[in-house]
Amino acid sequence: MSLDIWMRENPLTYVWLGSYAVALLVFAVEVAMVIHKRKITLRQVRLMREAGDDARDEGAA
Amino acid sequence: MAINWFKYSAPTTFYGLAGKLIPWFAFSAALLFVIGLYIGFAVAPVDAQQGEFYRIIFIHVPASILSMFLYLVMAGYAALGLIFNTRLSAMMATAIAPTGALFAFISLWTGALWGKPMWGAWWVWDARLTSELILLFLYLGFIALHASIDDPRRADRASALLAIVGSVNVPIIYFSVKWWNTLHQGSTIKYTGTSMHVAMQQAMFIVLLACWLYAIAVVLARVRSIILERERNTVWINELPEVRS
Repeated sequence: MSLDIWMRENPLTYVWLGSYAVALLVFAVEVAMVIHKRKITLRQVRLMREAGDDARDEGAA
Repeated sequence: MAINWFKYSAPTTFYGLAGKLIPWFAFSAALLFVIGLYIGFAVAPVDAQQGEFYRIIFIHVPASILSMFLYLVMAGYAALGLIFNTRLSAMMATAIAPTGALFAFISLWTGALWGKPMWGAWWVWDARLTSELILLFLYLGFIALHASIDDPRRADRASALLAIVGSVNVPIIYFSVKWWNTLHQGSTIKYTGTSMHVAMQQAMFIVLLACWLYAIAVVLARVRSIILERERNTVWINELPEVRS
């Protein structure tokens, strides 16, 4: 009940915090996850490449 | 000058192109978000019936449109991958799913926040709301199914079928307000015109465009990681400057 009264007294705060802040937070989390995924994938690929180079060096030796 | 579009359907060429396009889409999206929200909150007038609460429309409608459209794009890519066995199509479908799911979540969340002051309830089992919830479950089902199969090509095929079958839900969402008596309002903007104030329309369409550009930027960034992951054993990946450094 108190939330009902509060939202009617502060409609813009309700709209901003409830909708736009949440949406922007969701976008920020998604962007952070995409950047993190890129970093760990690049690290994995580099490690695999280095492991391949080491294996080739050992084979040549 | 004719452009050979098939050239960009290969991961080798698409990877570089996507990398060049991401900053442009991301910057345009951020700029349009700011402009759209400025018009929506500072220029658009207060609604006669709904007061300030109607301003949720500027995120609710774009998120809802994107959630439906992204599903169709995802199903389209999944179908292309299934029919032509093209690698990039399946990767694109996989990259779109999380963004589509997040837009479906934002649509449901903002709808609940709009519903409470207008209808007196956060949620009702209305045809439009329920079918949008099913859309979110379809996205989550697609992601879960794809993640549960180890072989990526088999995962692509299985999840493609789910995406294609699930696409029947999109017209149900769109026409639900016409086919059934729903609490959710019908379309405000029709082919015959609209009664919306011009500033409200501008804000809504600018945020819609911003959401589109954001979705493209994020999907392109995600598909680049997927390409890296799946093609990691190829020579061209090992020759990339970011891998060599």
